[in-house]
Amino acid sequence: MNKWEDNKAWFLVIPVFIVVAVSAILPLMTVVNYSVQDIFGPDNRVFVGIEWYKDVLADHRLHNALQRQLFFSAMVLIIEIPLGVLIAMAMPKKGWGASLSLVLVALPLLIPWNVIGTIWIIFMRPDIGLLGAAINGMGIPFDHTAAPLDAWVTVMMMEVWHWTPLVALMAYAGLQAIPEAYFQAARIDGASAWSIFRYIQLPKMRGVLTIAILLRFMDSFLIYAEPFVLTGGGPGNSTTFLSIYLVKLAVGQFDLGPAAAFSIIYFLIVMLFCWLFYQVLLKVGTGDKS
Amino acid sequence: MAMVLENITRRVENECHIDNISLELEPGTFNILLGRTLAGKTTLMRLMAGLDRPTTGRILMDGKDLTGVSVRRRDVAMVYQQFINYPSMTVYKNIASPLRLAKVADAEIDRRVREVAEMLHIEDLLDRLPVELSGGQQQRTAIARALVKDAELLLLDEPLVNLDYKLREELRIEMREIFKRRKSIVVYATTEPQEALTLGGNTAVLYEGKLEQFGATIDVYQHPRTTRIAQAFSDPAMNFVDGKIETGTLFINNNTQLPRQGHLKALPSGDYQFGMRANHLKLERHSTTDIEFQTTIDLVEISGSETFLYVTHDDRTWIVQQDGIFKYQMGEPIRVFIDPARLYAFNREGELLSAADSVFSSHHN
Repeated sequence: MNKWEDNKAWFLVIPVFIVVAVSAILPLMTVVNYSVQDIFGPDNRVFVGIEWYKDVLADHRLHNALQRQLFFSAMVLIIEIPLGVLIAMAMPKKGWGASLSLVLVALPLLIPWNVIGTIWIIFMRPDIGLLGAAINGMGIPFDHTAAPLDAWVTVMMMEVWHWTPLVALMAYAGLQAIPEAYFQAARIDGASAWSIFRYIQLPKMRGVLTIAILLRFMDSFLIYAEPFVLTGGGPGNSTTFLSIYLVKLAVGQFDLGPAAAFSIIYFLIVMLFCWLFYQVLLKVGTGDKS
Repeated sequence: MAMVLENITRRVENECHIDNISLELEPGTFNILLGRTLAGKTTLMRLMAGLDRPTTGRILMDGKDLTGVSVRRRDVAMVYQQFINYPSMTVYKNIASPLRLAKVADAEIDRRVREVAEMLHIEDLLDRLPVELSGGQQQRTAIARALVKDAELLLLDEPLVNLDYKLREELRIEMREIFKRRKSIVVYATTEPQEALTLGGNTAVLYEGKLEQFGATIDVYQHPRTTRIAQAFSDPAMNFVDGKIETGTLFINNNTQLPRQGHLKALPSGDYQFGMRANHLKLERHSTTDIEFQTTIDLVEISGSETFLYVTHDDRTWIVQQDGIFKYQMGEPIRVFIDPARLYAFNREGELLSAADSVFSSHHN
């Protein structure tokens, strides 16, 4: 029987089509619409083709923001993934200690983003902030509102503090799912702690770590709240990441056309990187060398 | 290199997991730990391996005290219920891993890996990863990994439980052949009496952390020391009926009177429990001396080429095993017969006084 002729099945997937259309495809198409027009007012618009795309791709401020963004996301992955795995391995496996450590580790994830910004602004203030004043007290000048590097380090710390727990929780779940017999077998073989990590724990965590890497990459690539709350992208342009620049373009300068073109390019970059990561991670550790 | 367990006890938080077990296992023997779940099989194996320390008692290997020696310094290999292999290593590397850790020369590793892979018929799978194998092949790899070490103690903890029926039978027969040629002490835990009978060797019956009986598998099967052992080492469980012997006459249920004969002749007067194996209960009379019981059918279970009848006699449920597939009505009265020579006589305390005549019954499956 030809499956395509079974109309009832199509009828049953219609709700999903509607939900996806309203939630994702329609807004995206609006952006596509903006990206090919020059808009002067509600009734005054001109079709410009791929003009905005050319403009945006040639924009050196966007190139700088992209470079900054890539470096930032790379640092996030380099720090958060190993740190998360380390924390997960250090957490107790059972008993009341396990529940307590789960709650403590999950705490940063429960705090709203604007509160996190406020916490860190106060925490890092060079005059009264606990850490900011302490660093200055040690004779190292530190001011995230004036020095680009300091602002950068602060955003990095916020990001690591906020999101490493997610990696840790996922890695912990992966570790907990390994049957006890694996560790027993390794002990009987006389395997070292490193071998146990390398040949049992790491391969067994591959699935959750793949998801953690994808999530952390996407999320850090779209980072907005932390630099926005802290310095609004400054000092200078030092923490102007892609999304901050995009908002400056769209809201600050009201350049809807370029901003829309930028959004589409941004979206495609994220998709491309996720696809690349996914392809690589699928093959890592499976012995597939193709 | 005999392994001796001396009064081993293991307690965890006041709960006794192993209760004063003494056991001596000779090299080159195949030893089965038979018992239900929670009987202490795995705990005993962990103690033998050195993964846990006994609360009291000693473990000697070839006269040397090994109690408290870490598992890393012992010569042990183990196979588990789950298929445990290193997930990121190929079958070859998995099998080679214990030898690599023991710093064996490469050429020697290669020779031994290929030899043991061939023995387990996985020589064509050496380049695959565990995820690319079927359950049976994964367990073959795990067994190969345990065998390649040539350890003096090889522990197998219900290795076939997670495999399907056909594979289980196949691997069981192969394992019997492989272990026959080994010099190591092999210990094999199982919950299934049938498996113990198929594998042969020696059997230790465990019950609630205690060692109930140890001896050649056939001997333990034919001469279960107590009713409890008879029930544990019988599948389906042994059926029991009360009776007594008074001046030359055998009374079953106080109403069936029989002249004593065969192995029952030597028994003194007194109260008894008589055990009957399910496959010895018949639905038709084979001889004039057969004992007859009136029973009612409770349940009929057809399993493969056999029919199990659950019948009630005097408030006791018995199981009658019949070759072939039959249909019966539930609630139907039915007469059940047994040759008195097949009776196991236990006293009221449950100790065996006389076993059934030792013509080993053809126990096929």
